[in-house]
Amino acid sequence: MQLTLWTYEGPTHVGAMRVATAMRGVHYVLHAPQGDTYADLLFTMIERRDRRPPVTYTTFQARDLGSDTAELFKEAARAAVERFRPQALLVGSSCTAELLQDDPGGLAQRLGLDVPVVPLELPSYQRKENWAAAETFYRLVRAMCPAPAVPAAGARSPQARCNILGPTALGFRHRDDLHEIRALLGQLGVEVNVVAPLDATPSDLSRLGNAAFNVVLYPEVAGTAAQWLQRAHGQPSTKTVPIGAGATRDFIAEVCALAGLDAADARVSTEPRAAWYARSVDSCYLTGKRVFVFGDATHVVAAARVASEELGFTVVGLGTYSREFAREVREAAARHGVEALVTEDYLEVEARVSELQPELVLGTQMERHIAKRLGIPCAVISAPVHVQDFPARHSPQMGFEGANVLFDTWVHPLMMGLEEHLLRMFREDFEFHESAGASHLGQAAAKPAIPPLGPSPAPTTQPPQPTQPTPPAAPGAEPIVAGWAPEAERELHKIPFFVRGKARRNTERYARDRGLATITVETLYDAKAHFGR
Amino acid sequence: MNARIPILAADAAATACEPPSVIHERGQREVFCGLTGIVWLHRKIQDAFFLVVGSRTCAHLLQSAAGVMIFAEPRFATAIIDDRDLAGIADAQAELERVVERLLARRPDIRLLFLVGSCPSEVIKLDLGRACARLTQRHAPHVRVLNWSGSGIETTFTQGEDACLAALVPSLPEDDGERLLIVGTLADVVEDQFRRHLNELGIGNVDVLPPRRSDAQPAVGPGTRLLLAQPFLADTCRALEARGARRLSAPYPLGAEGTTAWLRAAAQAFGVDAARQANVLGPRRERAARALARHRLQLQGKRVFLFPDSQLEVPMARFLSRELGMQLVEVGSPYLHATLIDAELPLLPAGTQLAEGQDVERQLDRCRDAAPDLVVCGLGLANPLEAEGLATKWSIELVFTPVQGFEQAADLASLFTRPLERRQRLCWPTAA
Repeated sequence: MQLTLWTYEGPTHVGAMRVATAMRGVHYVLHAPQGDTYADLLFTMIERRDRRPPVTYTTFQARDLGSDTAELFKEAARAAVERFRPQALLVGSSCTAELLQDDPGGLAQRLGLDVPVVPLELPSYQRKENWAAAETFYRLVRAMCPAPAVPAAGARSPQARCNILGPTALGFRHRDDLHEIRALLGQLGVEVNVVAPLDATPSDLSRLGNAAFNVVLYPEVAGTAAQWLQRAHGQPSTKTVPIGAGATRDFIAEVCALAGLDAADARVSTEPRAAWYARSVDSCYLTGKRVFVFGDATHVVAAARVASEELGFTVVGLGTYSREFAREVREAAARHGVEALVTEDYLEVEARVSELQPELVLGTQMERHIAKRLGIPCAVISAPVHVQDFPARHSPQMGFEGANVLFDTWVHPLMMGLEEHLLRMFREDFEFHESAGASHLGQAAAKPAIPPLGPSPAPTTQPPQPTQPTPPAAPGAEPIVAGWAPEAERELHKIPFFVRGKARRNTERYARDRGLATITVETLYDAKAHFGR
Repeated sequence: MNARIPILAADAAATACEPPSVIHERGQREVFCGLTGIVWLHRKIQDAFFLVVGSRTCAHLLQSAAGVMIFAEPRFATAIIDDRDLAGIADAQAELERVVERLLARRPDIRLLFLVGSCPSEVIKLDLGRACARLTQRHAPHVRVLNWSGSGIETTFTQGEDACLAALVPSLPEDDGERLLIVGTLADVVEDQFRRHLNELGIGNVDVLPPRRSDAQPAVGPGTRLLLAQPFLADTCRALEARGARRLSAPYPLGAEGTTAWLRAAAQAFGVDAARQANVLGPRRERAARALARHRLQLQGKRVFLFPDSQLEVPMARFLSRELGMQLVEVGSPYLHATLIDAELPLLPAGTQLAEGQDVERQLDRCRDAAPDLVVCGLGLANPLEAEGLATKWSIELVFTPVQGFEQAADLASLFTRPLERRQRLCWPTAA
């Protein structure tokens, strides 16, 4: 039993729904109790889909348990096929129905429905959303595109033709990534055979074999199916996820090799605007910013590379909730000289962020919350998704435009260089006190509001009162140890609030390591000299 | 009933001859389970914590229904059952106790802990009552531990609150005195207004269930009169009646008329004279009616279709038809507790089409055929119907917004006018 405040991944049937909802011509009959229909609102409200997910829930209740829940399932399956006329029917159980052991797969098979039935076995008490999305996609691919009786002898399709695998409903920027990568492949002269699961029909899946290779955008979702396509249809797949300019260039090289094209011929501009912005002098202040990265495996591995190679940050922490990809994340962490945090426990992530006191958090909506509480800037790089992760504008993470988006999204929460300097110089300015927050963060709660630059409104007759909101009760935040001399503590408070946590922690560590009983002003600056980069 | 609420007698008599017709349906239900009630209950009882013993689905529902992470550290959590618990490798009772210890160590401010049963815990028959007894023994008097079930196999949406409040009843202190007990979660501002009104009426001894703090438990006994603030509290009402309390039959305090009748039911029971009732309630009712007039202009004659959601649908329909002049196409409700809505049903227009239970596909067919001006439905249906060209109002907002009482009557109406007004304002081409 696991105590859980917030979960990074949903239950397995939600993973199956992400595939079913992405596709057309598929219907999913889900054996589930009343209430599990809440999952519909993920798609209709968070993603603002204009159609209900193609899911029929049996919604059994206590009184049905005494009679025949299997009969209820059969009726629901029959009615769903009659009403929705799908090309393929997915059947399965949610967590509660799994305990009933009604065997939806067997029941549906015996109904003699005139559509292909794909039974899903998604163990809810062991597995989670992403694994289940991958399994569902794999089962569908396997059912609709069986291995040829005679192994394919070499090229059955032009070499420069591929499938794009991975984008689903409720995916983090999947819509925009797909748009970007499809355009990039077009520029390279690679033809796209099938995109799946997003907007594909089961009959589209049956054509997957007519491509020379597969482009895997999200290994969490498409990895299992891609491996099977490799075995059954001899299709290799791409291994590079094109997030960031460097990864996109690697991706182009990989695609060209698979497609038999010469990468040098590719008429693609391989330098995003972000590359120049990162070299531009004003970006100097980004150098060595300490970042903590957490999310799904694909996005954190890519984000860590972008952070260090394309923005000049220092990765101080890296972690994922994707246990299936723990090995890849550990390898990436080792490249950055840190130890990977592999956990589904939100509290553990919070403790790590609080301990590391990074200057920027790249995470999920959960980390956004942690960062907000600790007063650390944050940008969201990964699912679990939030309504804000479906922006109206085109906002990919992948490809060269994606690299531009990453630059903007990660740099905007940070202090601009001059603002940071001013804060350091005039640290006791009444408008720059810590509870005012930084002007660019737009913290509505912070009072008094910092007046905008330019023509200012009528001056207030009295200086704004620095309000002292109760400091956030950050679990894990260390209290000032008893050893601070009063003047040292006063000096500590002159250090801008956004680096004060780090200064305090370092000084106390310095004092502890040397067995100092009292921390004086001198200790503070000794520690600064010692830890200073 | 008519004798008790004379103001409504004439209308009731006029419509009693044609009772509403009811469609009873079974099929797919597009509703929340009772766990969803935790989203508001955990804000209401400020030193209580709700620990759901369930699956990842339960945790995901709570975080999705609550809006992802709106509260930094919520006073609810899920103990997720895993395959080790199911296979018997781990002793589920011992595991649960371990989780509770971790939780209580982390949150020393918790005074009342609810262990909340879920679909999986019910199906595997995990005995939460036993866990409660053991944990109470260990942590009394600092923490009380109670249990109820919010499972979808037993409860629909607001029935979770009913189960929670019913679980509080056995431990309420006994008292024979004459008192009024308001039952059901109301927004704090509404609760305070009602206390003021009742005080002005001369009814001083007023308690509320649930209390804002768990140690402020109301007493109950033969002198207690129950005034239900919500129509979905059947089990709580029964448990309180078993302890001697008597329910006052009344419409629910939605709209100027409903609020007047609801407060009047209390006034009659406590022998408040007619003049005083008129003095206290009259001006407020008039003010509320004035505030409603603007909305009536917009909604009069518009046709509304209500999907089943919270059991507030019947009182809501009564308000929409009588105070705003809307036409009721169909009024769906997960359950129709005839007793608890005994004062509401006679107020519906003659021959109103009610629907109990749900087969969502058929109900959607009926809704599309009827092409109403406004559809009141859940979040899973709203955007798809909007995309089809129907104007919708999310029903969950009716539960999460202060809508009861005189001062909120116009706020309640505005929830229905806003979607229509928005469509008039926007210059985007519509789908339909």
